[in-house]
Amino acid sequence: MTWADHLVIAPIVIPLLAGGSMLMFEGRRREVIASINVLATLAQLAVAIALLVGSLQESPAQVVKVYLLGDWPAEFGIVLVADQLAALMLVLTALLACAALLYSLAYWHRAGSYFHPLFQFLLMGLNGAFLTGDLFNLFVFFEVLLAASYGLALHGSGRARVRASLHYIVVNLAASSLFLIGVSAIYGTAGTLNMAELGQRIPELNASERGLFEIGAAILGIAFLVKAAAWPLGFWLPPLYAAASAPVGAVFAVLTKVGVYIILRLGSITPDAGGGGLFFAEGWLFVIGIATISFAAIAMLASQDMGHLAGYSVLVSSGTLLATIGLGGPEMTSSALFYLVTSTLTIATFFLLIEIVERGRTPADDVLAVTLEVYGAEDEEDPETAEEAGIAVPAILGVLGVAFLACGLMLAGLPPLAGFVAKFAILDSLLDRHWLTVGGTVSVQGWLLLLVILVSGLTTIIAVARAGIRTFWAFPDRELPRVAAVELGALGLLLFLCVALTVQAGPVMKFMQQTAIGLEAGRAYIGAVKAQSPVTPPQTGKAP
Amino acid sequence: MELVISITIGVLTGSGLWLILRPRTFQVIIGLSLLSYAVNLFIFGMGRLRVGKAPILDSIVPPYLAGYADPLPQALVLTAIVISFAMTALFLVVLLAARGLSGSDHVDGVERGS
Repeated sequence: MTWADHLVIAPIVIPLLAGGSMLMFEGRRREVIASINVLATLAQLAVAIALLVGSLQESPAQVVKVYLLGDWPAEFGIVLVADQLAALMLVLTALLACAALLYSLAYWHRAGSYFHPLFQFLLMGLNGAFLTGDLFNLFVFFEVLLAASYGLALHGSGRARVRASLHYIVVNLAASSLFLIGVSAIYGTAGTLNMAELGQRIPELNASERGLFEIGAAILGIAFLVKAAAWPLGFWLPPLYAAASAPVGAVFAVLTKVGVYIILRLGSITPDAGGGGLFFAEGWLFVIGIATISFAAIAMLASQDMGHLAGYSVLVSSGTLLATIGLGGPEMTSSALFYLVTSTLTIATFFLLIEIVERGRTPADDVLAVTLEVYGAEDEEDPETAEEAGIAVPAILGVLGVAFLACGLMLAGLPPLAGFVAKFAILDSLLDRHWLTVGGTVSVQGWLLLLVILVSGLTTIIAVARAGIRTFWAFPDRELPRVAAVELGALGLLLFLCVALTVQAGPVMKFMQQTAIGLEAGRAYIGAVKAQSPVTPPQTGKAP
Repeated sequence: MELVISITIGVLTGSGLWLILRPRTFQVIIGLSLLSYAVNLFIFGMGRLRVGKAPILDSIVPPYLAGYADPLPQALVLTAIVISFAMTALFLVVLLAARGLSGSDHVDGVERGS
């Protein structure tokens, strides 16, 4: 074992140590805590990039890195697995975390006592969920990230946050129960929770075990859909994200993607079962995805404030991913992955941006205040408006306007930015594969997805343009928002990433294709996990 | 024994679900607790129910699976108990905060009709 082999566990250990050490300061020495957080987040970014670069190998045996915790063979112990998909998600999470943290340094990290430790524990849960190789540890890391996210959602306090968090906690605790029922039913039938081992044992199940196994898998699937906020299980999301403070909203943009990631991962270990794998009956994932997009696209038009608009754009992104993955096939998966990255970055930018933009608005500006009351939106002033960092620059509105325009284009998938490339990739693979099915009949699913994606793009641009006009054009005498340099820096970082994705779309897309083909094969993952032997071979001894 | 365990799980799940769907936060937290008890029993049951069998190897019982209980679900149950306990405590805090901020113990923070 060299040091490079231990990199796999670093994304879990770094935030754990950082978060733990911050707790010792008990909320005092804020600048020390903040610098620990910045260093730990940058270290995670470096590790994630190292893992990603390490996974760019030609031979499949080297692509999948397996780490045996406690040096037990994979069947008995806990494994961490870093393949291309996991590395991609780690990099995405670390980038988002950097931007959100940078943004929070201006004001938000002072709004409550434990922002920094909770932030690191959230990252630990996310990284762990992406790396773990067995279902029960997936549950544990899910709970770690959820526990931290409850705290972060409440960060800054206030009535709207507490109410939205209350609903969020109840829904997710119930979903965790479903998760456990599914996991234990799978253990009871297949006799293992290791994903690679599971992939091998599923075909060997007899008919009576198979029934219970599939029920367990379906219950587990429902738990993931709750996390991915699919319709009709995602009503908790928009109020929560609208109420959460901006940097928290930006990091939360990746939370729903964990559910999508797991669906992809588990689908890949049962490659014979079609899109979504064994966990969803043929076509259901697609139907749920379409329903989610349709619901969210209509809701976007109806949303009264930008926070809810951003919340519903999270749902559109989840729905598009579920529907695209539901169709199956490596082309669809690779374009879905590209879309996942761009939409997550866009939504995070949007959350940061709207908080800055909304800052300059006085309560009297809200022409829709009456309707807002009816919809139960926040009815008290935010505490942060009193003491803003930074200075008011007249040109700032122009800068924000350009950023807003870029966000709108990315969300709706219009040229020239990466959002367009992502949607174009999805539509292109639709046209290639699902335009006409074998036998010359028109594929209903392909057409439906095409239509829904285009219409959702249209409603997005209408909703975003309306919000933009209301904010940037309607109130010329409004107070200018005060923006700190780090906040602009965070926005700039995210927008730069979006532009970089557009310019480098070719190489990135190639990587996504490689990832999708690796997932489709599934055998590489299973083979690598099974083949990994302990460093010290177990002692052969007689049982007592 | 299987019948007793399954009826227990069923009753706990049913009561838990009913309480989760009630409008008061206290009812919801009791419902979540009942549901987590049901889930814990279910995990235990998935390791197969065995009476008088230890999950740890000892020198008297021959080393065959028939002589032992499955240790893994017991470990899983322990983890699940700890996590659900912690989450219930956290929910209790949020519940009290919501009660303090809104002056109501309704899950939406407002009474119907007000």
